[in-house]
Amino acid sequence: MALLEIQGVTRRYGDLVAVDDVSFSVESGEFFTLLGPSGCGKTTLLRMIAGFEDPDRGRILLDGKDLAGTPPEKRPVHTVFQSYALFPHMTVRDNIAFPLRMAKKSEEEVRQRLQETLDQVHLADKSRHYPHELSGGQKQRVALARGLVNKPRLLLLDEPLGALDAKLRERMQLELIGLQRDVGVTFVFVTHAQQEALALSDRIGVMNEGRVEQLDEPSRIYGFPRNRFVADFIGDINLLESEVLEANPAHLKLQVAGLGEIAAPPTAGIKPGDKGALALRPEQLRIAPHGSPQELKNHFPGTVLDFLYLGDVTVYKVALPNGVVMDALLANSAPGRAKFFETGDAVEMAWRHDAGLFLRE
Amino acid sequence: MPRHFWLWAATLGVYAFLYVPLAVVVLFSFNDSALNAAWVGFTTGWYVKLARNQDMLGAALNSLLIALTASTVATVLGTMAGIAMHRYRPRLLPFMVITPVAMPEILLGVSLLLFFRQVLDMTLGLFSIVVAHITFSIGFVAIIIRARLAGMDESIFEAARDLGATPWQTFRRVTLPLILPGVVAGFLMSFTLSIDDFVITFFVAGVGVTTLPLQIYSMIKVAVTPEVNAVSTLLMALTLSMILLASRFAPDVLKGKA
Repeated sequence: MALLEIQGVTRRYGDLVAVDDVSFSVESGEFFTLLGPSGCGKTTLLRMIAGFEDPDRGRILLDGKDLAGTPPEKRPVHTVFQSYALFPHMTVRDNIAFPLRMAKKSEEEVRQRLQETLDQVHLADKSRHYPHELSGGQKQRVALARGLVNKPRLLLLDEPLGALDAKLRERMQLELIGLQRDVGVTFVFVTHAQQEALALSDRIGVMNEGRVEQLDEPSRIYGFPRNRFVADFIGDINLLESEVLEANPAHLKLQVAGLGEIAAPPTAGIKPGDKGALALRPEQLRIAPHGSPQELKNHFPGTVLDFLYLGDVTVYKVALPNGVVMDALLANSAPGRAKFFETGDAVEMAWRHDAGLFLRE
Repeated sequence: MPRHFWLWAATLGVYAFLYVPLAVVVLFSFNDSALNAAWVGFTTGWYVKLARNQDMLGAALNSLLIALTASTVATVLGTMAGIAMHRYRPRLLPFMVITPVAMPEILLGVSLLLFFRQVLDMTLGLFSIVVAHITFSIGFVAIIIRARLAGMDESIFEAARDLGATPWQTFRRVTLPLILPGVVAGFLMSFTLSIDDFVITFFVAGVGVTTLPLQIYSMIKVAVTPEVNAVSTLLMALTLSMILLASRFAPDVLKGKA
């Protein structure tokens, strides 16, 4: 039995459907992420699991028990808020001990769990400090410790890394993974940052306009997006509008306006005549100087319009003969080479016939 | 002439206008003469005389009793109103709570009198004064509490519930400690308003019950004796210390954020 089951949950605010008939389940011990743009309903869903809002329709089950009618304080579910929501009038110690005291644990147990948890998040030396004396990363850890100290069945995290700078964010991501592995608590994480979701999660549910568009492991979400929204939202992607000419288990043959016939890997359920787009990740594209010998079948001449030098890689914007501009990503790993091409250079763009994914309209 | 001469002169003038009369009252309460005319010599005799004045002591006791009861009740109700205004953002409640604050006192006095006599047919006395004082104090407390809550992160109250606190425990352990300075400031504010009030009290006091301001008024109908100066000085000292205390507990009240 799954730990958490969301069954046909719907939540409306007036005419707006914030969460629209969503169903999924989360297994015990999992790091599950709800990913989507702001306003997609992920936070509303989280608030319903926590008990701050009630679904208009559908059920939320924890350990097989319907949570309807159970107030937030009676649910074995704790939340780490985006703003951390630390109690400003309590020390770090009292903040973390709060859930234990509310659960009427003995002073002995409070002390012992407090010590354990403070060590886990490396805050033992800050236990007598007040929240306003802490840095962003430290507040973050206090909020995590407070959420975990009473060993909830489920920890909900609402964009907890949103307020941290990039370097600290990366460190906290690693800490978060380590912490989750150590305590074995199931995490339901909400974020709009796709890289964070890919880095942290066992599984991701991509949400848009109140619905779950795709639910899968990170590599499947990135490599095999189910539709245009998911493809576009997760990472960068190039879309070539095309029509299917031929479909068989070995490959697809596509007609792309201005480029002619292109071979693509097969997708189940695609029929000749289907319209859609061939989706190619920038790192699947290769560019070479114009006129260099090509061993790949899918290759087209193009012109470099612009480029973004990012240090480790450079992203080139290349215009193809049909007017489509594609992003191609080139690693800057060659020794002494900071740049390969300049704006205006004529290049040859190519990709393997088994790269890319046809997305039906 | 220094650049800001006129600015400073005007400022000093305003302060003089405000505080010289008060200073005169304080000064003459120590004057060894029954006439408020010329300085004769220092004495604390008027205060001694005051302490033996049974009418005055009775009125002072009434005032203290009324102020304590009214400000306690007003603090509880006003705190509840302030929290409700913050949490539910009702459209009508703020007007209803704040109107008595802005209403001319004479209007409030007359309408309360009519209400007590004509509608409720009550006997006027201590009870009607307490109710009237509660009425005009609630608004002040509510405004202070709401101002205090306005700057707070809403999610800390949800966090308390989320971490296992019942609504009452959330109030007791999180909300109350955080608004406590406002509660104390509200109480002190109500207390000073109540102990100083004349107009409204005058209407709803009825016969037989008198408060300190009413007693002072009835005394100066005859003459402004140094005894009145003495009691006024004491009242001033009490009010001033209350305001100082209030500003200690909730500095934002004096800074006009409320």
